[in-house]
Amino acid sequence: MDRPPEIQPTVARGSEHDPDAAISIHDLTVAYDRRPVLWDVDLDVPTGCLAAIVGPNGAGKSTLIKACLDLLPRVSGDVRMFGSPWRSVRSRVAYVPQRETVDWDFPVSALDVVAMGTYGRLGWLRPVGKAQKQAAMHALDRVGLSDYAARQISQLSGGQQQRVFLARALVQEADLYLMDEPFASVDAATEQAIVEVLRDLRSSGATLVVVHHDLQTVAEYFEHIILLNMRVVASGAMDETLTADNLRATYGGRLTLLEQAATALGRLSKDR
Amino acid sequence: MTLDYDGWIILIGVLVAACCAIPGSWLVVRGMGMMGDAISHAVLPGIAIGFLVSGTRSGGWMFLGAAISGVLAAVMTQIVHRWGRVDRGAAMGLVFTAFFSLGLLLIVQTADTVDLDPNCVLYGAIELAPLDTISLAGLDVPRIVMPLAIVLLANVGLTLLLFKELLATAFDPGLATAQGFDARWLHYGLMVLTAATCVACFEAVGSIITVALLVAPPAAALMLTRRMRWVIVLATALGGLAAVLGHFSALTVPGWILGGGLDTSSAGMMAVASLVIFLFMATFAPGRGVLARRWVSRRDAMRVAVEDALGLLFRLEERAVMLDRVEVEGLLQSDVRIGGRLGTVLTQIRRGSLAEVDNGAWKLTESGRTAARSLVRAHRLWETYLAGRASIPSSHLHAAAERLEHVTDPTLAEQLRTEVGDASDDPHGRPIPPG
Amino acid sequence: MYLATSLLDILLLADWNTRVVVIGTSMLGVAAGVVGAFLVLRKRALLGDTVSHAMLPGVVGAFLVMQAFGGGGKSFAGLLLGAAIAGVLAAWAIPVLRRATGLKDDAIMGVVLGGGFGLGIAMLGVAQAMPGGNQAGLESFIYGRTASMVQDDAIGIGVTAVVTLLIAVLLAKEFRLLCFDESFGRALGRKEGVLDLGLMVLAVTVTVVGLQAVGLILVIALLIIPGAAARFWTDEFVRMVSLAGVIGAVACWLGASISAMAPDLPAGSIIVLTLSSLFGLSMLVGTRRGAVKRIIQSRKLRRRTGWQHLMRAAAESLESQGTDTWTIEQLSPLRSWSTSRLRALHRSAIRRGDIISCEDGYALTESGRTAADRVVRNHRLWELFLIRHADIAASHVDRDADMVEHVLGDELVAELETILAGSDVALVSPHALGGQA
Repeated sequence: MDRPPEIQPTVARGSEHDPDAAISIHDLTVAYDRRPVLWDVDLDVPTGCLAAIVGPNGAGKSTLIKACLDLLPRVSGDVRMFGSPWRSVRSRVAYVPQRETVDWDFPVSALDVVAMGTYGRLGWLRPVGKAQKQAAMHALDRVGLSDYAARQISQLSGGQQQRVFLARALVQEADLYLMDEPFASVDAATEQAIVEVLRDLRSSGATLVVVHHDLQTVAEYFEHIILLNMRVVASGAMDETLTADNLRATYGGRLTLLEQAATALGRLSKDR
Repeated sequence: MTLDYDGWIILIGVLVAACCAIPGSWLVVRGMGMMGDAISHAVLPGIAIGFLVSGTRSGGWMFLGAAISGVLAAVMTQIVHRWGRVDRGAAMGLVFTAFFSLGLLLIVQTADTVDLDPNCVLYGAIELAPLDTISLAGLDVPRIVMPLAIVLLANVGLTLLLFKELLATAFDPGLATAQGFDARWLHYGLMVLTAATCVACFEAVGSIITVALLVAPPAAALMLTRRMRWVIVLATALGGLAAVLGHFSALTVPGWILGGGLDTSSAGMMAVASLVIFLFMATFAPGRGVLARRWVSRRDAMRVAVEDALGLLFRLEERAVMLDRVEVEGLLQSDVRIGGRLGTVLTQIRRGSLAEVDNGAWKLTESGRTAARSLVRAHRLWETYLAGRASIPSSHLHAAAERLEHVTDPTLAEQLRTEVGDASDDPHGRPIPPG
Repeated sequence: MYLATSLLDILLLADWNTRVVVIGTSMLGVAAGVVGAFLVLRKRALLGDTVSHAMLPGVVGAFLVMQAFGGGGKSFAGLLLGAAIAGVLAAWAIPVLRRATGLKDDAIMGVVLGGGFGLGIAMLGVAQAMPGGNQAGLESFIYGRTASMVQDDAIGIGVTAVVTLLIAVLLAKEFRLLCFDESFGRALGRKEGVLDLGLMVLAVTVTVVGLQAVGLILVIALLIIPGAAARFWTDEFVRMVSLAGVIGAVACWLGASISAMAPDLPAGSIIVLTLSSLFGLSMLVGTRRGAVKRIIQSRKLRRRTGWQHLMRAAAESLESQGTDTWTIEQLSPLRSWSTSRLRALHRSAIRRGDIISCEDGYALTESGRTAADRVVRNHRLWELFLIRHADIAASHVDRDADMVEHVLGDELVAELETILAGSDVALVSPHALGGQA
């Protein structure tokens, strides 16, 4: 029976992932408090590229990254990294959360925080040893903070805290880095330092997906762009994708009717 | 008017519950439920000192002492939290344990000279309260009724007087302060009220059970309503219910379980009753209760399944595809949102006479067709809208519309119709049915 | 005199039974301090309180069950098992109820705490009313009573504490991650649910063995106060946790010893009051964040700011007047400072050797000149920086830094200086900017 799609019954769809992509997202829907913030996201980021996620406030940029790492429950969808589910390639993936997510008053030094990046490889019960401390020190050096290793983290400036987080990701020696607003409220010098590190990583073959909020610098820093506003508006190489039309579609107002339906729909899909 | 022994206990219990419900409601909506715990422990040294100074339980000294130590504990919590940068919960915990142990030490040290039993402080002596009477306008009234009545009046009066201010500072302290209601004063005012309530109640039910009556009835009330006025009223009513149930179950429940006419502490059972009432509301409250929410989601899922089935029948009819009953039911079965529900779905469809089996094939009735048409209309309107406005790739339109169609009421459909302009076909070239 | 010698005897553990009890309690103090430090850093202090209150029905329930089976209800281990079951149940019920009702944590905890304790009291009432029951001793779980502790109890407490401590130390790395950054932990594949459960089990264990010593109302103090107090002395995780253990041990040792002196000194109260005093002391004089240290710091800052204001006012006044000296009267309208404050600032600048007092008023010394120039320059660079880079949160900039370069980097400073040199008239003040380094 050959029927047009409308008559096909709704079936659980199989995944059609691009096996070459560093991260491949299929049909991802995420809801906060019953209200969908990401809709049917389909996305492939090719291996070895420096990609930015850009979109207005509340577009679901951080949500996308968190959902990829199972930090948020998904309503639907499937995420593959290097062709496998995240759990089986966990050690190849590093995450840089937003700075605000942690208590900077916590009694740890910069070096301690960076050494946390090695916990994944260390596993349970094994303590942090000399090798891990060395790796952490090296990572701090790469972000230009080796002088601050022993400082308690609240005594670092915002930009330095951000760089500590970056160093923690570096220490993981991952193939895929997911970063949530690493440039948020950092000074110009820090921003440059971070960009240098990102480019370094990229040229050593890693893939980086970075939430970015500044449209003015995005073309300069990144080569691949994902325009996001509740759904992926466009994604691809910077030159082809960063067009006025796409920007308008991303930032040009909200889909009011869709939002109106979203709350009711959230209730429907969450409860099942 | 005279009441018998049990009558007085119930009256005292209801008074206690009513006293607690008012500051308790404010504490709970402010996210300070555990402050009730802290204060009820922290009044102990004040009570002890007040008692030592005056040598009696009836004087104002104990109230004064308790109010002072309650507020002092609140202030010190704030200082430890602010100055010491200690997490608020930890600050509360360490201040109230210090106060409590000081009070305990005082009571134990002076136990020989004064009659203040630490057990009574913890779980009260409501059973003895009716025996200790004073004469009031020619009536023998339990002494404890007086302070309870005064505190209740104060609580009611202050809530009526300061309702707007308390509400504003609870919701948005910054804004309220900017408008001239100093959030700090109201905070400490509430602490004084809570401390006074704890003193009035502790003799009857003890300091820890007071926590249950402070927090559980408002929490139960919040399952029923989110209007502050009603939270307070319902919390008072539910607290009173807990007091009545508590006393009766203290007399009866141990006997049921263990036999032999056993009874137990009424105060303890009042706390248990308030917990049970809370659990009952959490389960059965209309709207917010667990069962209500589960029922709604089941009903929604069923509605979606029925609508999906009708939509399929409509589309088959539209394309003049002739399938027999078995084939159609096979198709429906393979739809994930119908699947195992197929039997119930078909029953509902038949009972609502939305479709019927005619000549070995499912046929929509007139009312079924109308319902299905508006569903398919919503579906295609959404596809058109999303294709035009949201640049969703066409392969995804169907999946998105498939979900949105079930939450589109006629008003929204009309708005969509306006939004998509004069399009007559959806992106797949299918006609959009008229409304 | 008698009191002093008997205290000394006890502190030095002269009496055998006291010795065992005090050592056992001290071990408990170490374990409670360490586990509690994690609890404080995880911001779960009140959860511990709720759990410990809710243990009462477990204790009494275990008593009733044992009574029913003819055990006489006096098995200490059995009572503790009951407490542990009730504690775990309460810890489990809180998140479940929160999810089911959507209410906030504090309300749920209040309900569980009050309701659970009330249930315990009601059951205690039954136990007391039961014919032939000997419920004496159950109440010691509420207040704690080390005096009635015997050698076996103390050894049991000590062993449990050491085991708990060992597990806590082994898991320290995971707990550190959990407490600091749970989402990163999850991204590393650590299940926070499992870790939280582990932490709760440790806390419940400590609470259960602590019941006998301090009672279920006060045991929470044993958990949270050492950690909170230790935080004032160090910024380092391992040191803080270890110090918490030490504080817990000291308080328990002192408390148990003092309460052994007299029958009407309840150990729970004494231990908690000792802990509170240690906390108060730490909050005052702690070397990292104690109040005294912070007062000194803020005074220092005030002094330094005052000095900078004086140097800047002096330099700018000299520029505009074209003289070498100034008087107090000339400076006083430049800022909102009182004359007496201004005089005090002058006196301290003279002591530092930055200015000297002379016939016409005051003058800058050689070193004072250099210092004043630097202050003026830094100030202007900062102003410029804030104007040019207003997008950066000002709170993240250390404006007090002696050398702007340390904070902003050489390149940015050079850029700012170029701008400054090009637009001095428009930018800052009508005074000429002589002596800009």
